[in-house]
Amino acid sequence: MEFDTGNTAWVLTSAALVLFMTPGLAFFYAGMVRSKNVLGMLMQNFFSMGLVSVLWAVVGFSIAFGDGGGWIGNFDFVGLKGVGDAALQLPGYAGPLALTVPPIVFCIYQMMFAVITPALITGAIADRVKFAGWVVFLGLWLVLVYAPVAHWVFSPTGWLFQRGALDFAGGTVVHINAGIAALAVVLVIGKRKGWPREAMPPHSLPLTLLGTGILWFGWFGFNAGSALSAGNLAGQALLNTHLAAAAGMLGWLLVERVKDGHATTLGAASGAVAGLVAITPCAGFVGGIAPIIIGFVAGGACLLAIRFKFKFGYDDSLDVVGVHLVGGIIGSVLLGFFADTAVNEGGADGLLFGGGATLLNNQFVAVGATLVFSGVLSFVLAKVVDSTIGLRVSPDDEAAGLDTTQHAEAAYNLGDFGSMGRIGT
Amino acid sequence: MKLVTAIIKPFKLDDVKESLKSLEVQGMTVSEVQGFGRQRGHTEVYRGAEYTVDFVPKVRVEVLADDADVGDVVDALVGAARTDKIGDGKVWVTTIEHLVRIRTGEMGPDAL
Repeated sequence: MEFDTGNTAWVLTSAALVLFMTPGLAFFYAGMVRSKNVLGMLMQNFFSMGLVSVLWAVVGFSIAFGDGGGWIGNFDFVGLKGVGDAALQLPGYAGPLALTVPPIVFCIYQMMFAVITPALITGAIADRVKFAGWVVFLGLWLVLVYAPVAHWVFSPTGWLFQRGALDFAGGTVVHINAGIAALAVVLVIGKRKGWPREAMPPHSLPLTLLGTGILWFGWFGFNAGSALSAGNLAGQALLNTHLAAAAGMLGWLLVERVKDGHATTLGAASGAVAGLVAITPCAGFVGGIAPIIIGFVAGGACLLAIRFKFKFGYDDSLDVVGVHLVGGIIGSVLLGFFADTAVNEGGADGLLFGGGATLLNNQFVAVGATLVFSGVLSFVLAKVVDSTIGLRVSPDDEAAGLDTTQHAEAAYNLGDFGSMGRIGT
Repeated sequence: MKLVTAIIKPFKLDDVKESLKSLEVQGMTVSEVQGFGRQRGHTEVYRGAEYTVDFVPKVRVEVLADDADVGDVVDALVGAARTDKIGDGKVWVTTIEHLVRIRTGEMGPDAL
């Protein structure tokens, strides 16, 4: 089979860009935690690159993209059996959907999405998760929650795909999925000791801004790579992604300046991420100034949404619910208004482009299904892990910090006391 | 005039501060310090090499008080900082010879 080498080169490059988002996310989060929990946060994210990559090859890809019907894949591709065969046609990818890149390249690219999605959850549960518990939860969640939802939405054989719900790069699969799971786990493990009375200020906002830059950069691979081609559509998706991030920053800062009196660096970073989240489902289906509107609305709305945690008393530590869940829903729903087949004839027309309410209706179904499935199952998985090996550290370990108690390391050995003594020889 | 110095667990600082504020203490100074008493430190491992870290992070609280108030200040500190676990720290009191408020030049108890 002949593949398009230009497309293949772009998707391979995009896989590397998406991988880079996970360390970016790690630093985005790590800057926001206290200095005793920096390594714990970095490790929970980095570890996903280890465990999820292996699980994806062993079973995840098969469950997401195997031919098992509308709800879940099957075990045809367990251990990547046959996926390296260039002649393989992945289920559903026929006719106009036929891949122009080798299936193994598609598999690598999708692997990076699987790596970053559960990593998003770590921000909500910062400062209090037992590493062993996280390891087990991460593995279970990837196989039992992420892979099926990816099948519903991304695989052409999935029920939401066939219904006509649109999700260009993962508004439902990645952001709503991880966002509602984050809320579910927070409800299981509870709030940090001292929250919300005690101040828990970010220990290094420079790290957070560095992470934001890496995320923004990597997101071009996430969204423009989802075109699975290197042409006009990828260009449109990349431009949309950039404009939404820019407008998201402006929207957040404007509301923040008016409401709280200052435009903050953490606000700039958060607004850009909110814009990126919201444009993710829309990236290859909208054009013109739609990405600016979508990003701007998401930036302002997510700023308002993060206040809910104080009102309702759930400790979404680094605002994963407020940014990823809310931003993901905003993007997925706004797509029902702004989708335009003049941009992508493989998409649909939204309410504002003569398509009526059909797409909007499908978007609501996709959002609702993801919320219910991921929310309920994530809650159950977190409960099971918490009541067996434990998902939360002891109060003493929480006070001492995750870095020394979970990993026996310190993030910043800046002093020169010579206070360490080597044990043994 | 006395100087009350306390070494406490860092996460108890907020409770101690509130407790001292309720006594209408006029000010306090805190610093991040490291040290050890009976509580043991922890172990860190870097590429298989294991190290003991003897010094544990603590917070030092310093409060100036009139002789008459010292008992209340110490009681408040002890009450707020206690967790009944090893490593809760210590409080000690020393006599101040001379005290000046820099802005006004007031001296002695007037400068408290």
